[in-house]
Amino acid sequence: MTLVLALVLVPLLTGLILFCLRAEWPRRMVVVTVTAAVCVGSVALACLPAPMVLGELPVSRHAINEGMLAIEALMGLYILWVGVRSKHWLIVLLMLAQGAVMGWFEWMAKGDVPAGQPLLVDKFSMVMALINGIVGGGICLYALGYMKEYHTVAHRDVPDRRPFFFLLLFVFMGAMFGLVFSDDLPWLFFFWEITTLCSFLLIGYTQTPEARKNALRALVMNLSGGVTFAVAILLIYRNPGNSTHDLGLQNLIKSDHAMALLPAALLCFAGITKAAQYPFSSWLLGAMVAPTPVSALLHSSTMVKAGVFLVLRLAPVISGTTVGLMVALVGGVTFLIGSLQAITTSEAKRVLAYSTVANLGLVVMCGGIGTSEAVWAGVLLIIFHAVAKCLLFLCVGVVEHKLHSRNIEDMSGLVLFMPKVAVMMLIGMSGMSLAPFGMLMSKWAALKAVVDVYPLLSAFIIFGSAATLFFWVKWMGKLVETVRPQDRVVKEISLEESVALYVLSLATFLACLLFPFVSTRFIEPYLAGVYPEPGQVNTIMGHGNTIIMVAMMVVVMLFPLSFLSRGRGVKVVDPYLGGANIEGRTGFAASGGAVESVVMRNYYLGGVLNEMWLTRVAVAGSAVLLAVMIIWAIVKIL
Amino acid sequence: MNSWLRFAIYVVAAPLIGGLLAGWDRRVSARMQSRRGPPIAQPFYDVMKLWQKQNLANCPSQNYYVLFFLALVIFTGGLFFAGADLLLVIFALTTGSIFFVLGAYKASSPFSFVGAERELVQMMAYEPMVLLTAIGMYMVTKTFNVSGIASNPGMLILTLPGIFLGFIFALEIKFRKSPFDLSSSHHAHQELVRGITTEFSGRTLAMIEVAHWYENVFLLGWVYLFFASSPLLGVLMSLVVYGFVILVDNVFARLKWQTALGSAWAVTAVLGLGNILVLSLQR
Repeated sequence: MTLVLALVLVPLLTGLILFCLRAEWPRRMVVVTVTAAVCVGSVALACLPAPMVLGELPVSRHAINEGMLAIEALMGLYILWVGVRSKHWLIVLLMLAQGAVMGWFEWMAKGDVPAGQPLLVDKFSMVMALINGIVGGGICLYALGYMKEYHTVAHRDVPDRRPFFFLLLFVFMGAMFGLVFSDDLPWLFFFWEITTLCSFLLIGYTQTPEARKNALRALVMNLSGGVTFAVAILLIYRNPGNSTHDLGLQNLIKSDHAMALLPAALLCFAGITKAAQYPFSSWLLGAMVAPTPVSALLHSSTMVKAGVFLVLRLAPVISGTTVGLMVALVGGVTFLIGSLQAITTSEAKRVLAYSTVANLGLVVMCGGIGTSEAVWAGVLLIIFHAVAKCLLFLCVGVVEHKLHSRNIEDMSGLVLFMPKVAVMMLIGMSGMSLAPFGMLMSKWAALKAVVDVYPLLSAFIIFGSAATLFFWVKWMGKLVETVRPQDRVVKEISLEESVALYVLSLATFLACLLFPFVSTRFIEPYLAGVYPEPGQVNTIMGHGNTIIMVAMMVVVMLFPLSFLSRGRGVKVVDPYLGGANIEGRTGFAASGGAVESVVMRNYYLGGVLNEMWLTRVAVAGSAVLLAVMIIWAIVKIL
Repeated sequence: MNSWLRFAIYVVAAPLIGGLLAGWDRRVSARMQSRRGPPIAQPFYDVMKLWQKQNLANCPSQNYYVLFFLALVIFTGGLFFAGADLLLVIFALTTGSIFFVLGAYKASSPFSFVGAERELVQMMAYEPMVLLTAIGMYMVTKTFNVSGIASNPGMLILTLPGIFLGFIFALEIKFRKSPFDLSSSHHAHQELVRGITTEFSGRTLAMIEVAHWYENVFLLGWVYLFFASSPLLGVLMSLVVYGFVILVDNVFARLKWQTALGSAWAVTAVLGLGNILVLSLQR
């Protein structure tokens, strides 16, 4: 119990301390100590038996509820003020609607404490806490070095508000811990709203017009999810079958499915907004205006993961229903279209953002399918995605500072002038796209789970993953090709950045090697607790496949070793350029003696795929699907 | 038969069979073009000659990518004939192909670069159909394991006709033959030069050649699976399919990548998913 509370409260308090620290050194000390502590704490938590038996809270539940209500009201007022100040009336409207619903709920509840434990720490929460602790901790560490360079070298025009930045970073982390440990829906909602507000403030950190605009967009979309969340709480409270007024998530999962369906659909809607699925994905794409640690945090360990966490939690309720099918379709559409869109752009962060949207789509799809096999794949996707995507974002951040560009075309030959970062990026991309690394393996599991329930839905996965392969490999190719040799950058990365990057690179490998262990130790026990007959969930690891995968892993890991004999017995010559080479490989004499320089640009399939057009299709399609989902759930309850 | 034994037989026998098939291909193509053509063993002579050539490269490390391509292709085919999981086989093959593509990128010449990009487009074109083939076989036989699929009592072609046709289409792309020889042409006098293989020479080029032999035998083995309940028919049909691919190679001119991608995805959607739809309605 102490550990659980500490994981939630320590980051929150640290944030407040950091807000008061103006100097560089003390901030450094505090961040390093606390991230180390949080990492150790989340690992220690994972070693405890689950579901944990939690003792009494040190403060009365009533008092905590009052406190949360007060903070929520303050946040609501702040958001109202933001809406009025920016004349964004939709924000005001959504906030008022949410306030009204929550006010009604509080008025009816009149402060009586519902039955059931407010906190629940099971194996799934432990996995999420591990991700949040290790990946989130790595990001905070990285942010130290990154933000220093951001304000002193790269973006001097942006006002230095680092204390505020670190306050938000740590509050965000604490709220995420709270979110994954909460079972009581009003508690979960409280942390949910904190992450919404934090992401709004972080996206708008630079306060440029673009940042403000995108921050407001993120706020609107997440608030709409907040409204449906609030309505769901009210519905569960008003449910005549729920005489004890137990607002626990577990209670909802175990209750009568017909009554639980509408609240579950509304909660899934909230999860879909937070997980940046179509039609709401534009907020995540806009979020890349913020400094890199923010993107990394939003994309890998917190925020979007909160959305898919909720959807996967609800999987047993919606499994096999039309609501579940609609959720799966929204995920499928998002996966396919997101992957295709990632092909069309050359901006590194945008590619990563589309890839996040797409992969979360796959997780949402798993949640919508909702069989134990699908949820198993979904949890694995969350783990592998968090590690590899975080690594990639942090690498792109480093490269951006050195190259002053986040265009993939400018990263040509990165292995020569920033070898460390380039190799780590290649590890991250292999982790995202290549067998036998984790993402591909979990995609494989997802594919099997989908085929078993809705074979036709596999269309989304097969086309989507073909597109995924295309954009990752062309990026990898850009990093390894060396047309114009350049000088090595002298100092690639600062100490804190390198610690975070090395840890994450190692984690990409470890996550793959430990994958059978994670499955038997965490995911299978969780599923056994949730599903009455979980069946054989670990279908892809049977039949000696583990040995084959380890063999493949060894083959792939041998690859760097082959460079030991680099250049032995090879005569290096210049490439064929279709004319007389000039200056080695960078130019050639074309017809008429004109000197042409060699330019190689990746394919973006512009003639076939159009980013805008794809967005429109996806938004329209998924909006219809969501509407069908809600309407169907309402009809079902009537 | 023990699966390790089958793995070993594949590793030894596949290059022999693949080489002979390649020789046969050249002979038949020549006859179609009213030429005599080389002896059937010519591909072996070519590879032996390439092996003795000087090792030239643009980048010292580019050859290692090809070495790993070869290793992974052998591994893939071995897994297939050992009877492993079909999806795992596909993923291993993809990883192998990616090493090849990265090697071409590493070579840093415009022609190999274009070849690499187009090879990626081709992979994107055939990958969905290949995965769908595995899914179709799973839906009929209830297993992804090659050994289980091969011992299915019914003949798969009868329940998977659409998937079979789609798979043949994907094979056309996978074999890199006309009309889908976008990424590497057989003749070095075109706008592509030799595409993805432009900058590989000597032993490395020989390795690419041998890798293709391995790959072809594995792919024809997959064709066999459609007829596995009658082994003789299976072998015969694999050869017929190979002959068909040669015929198409000689009849068609090269298509643009847009057409290749569009037609492959359309075929996958119509024939492949159509077949899956029928199967799922029958369950």
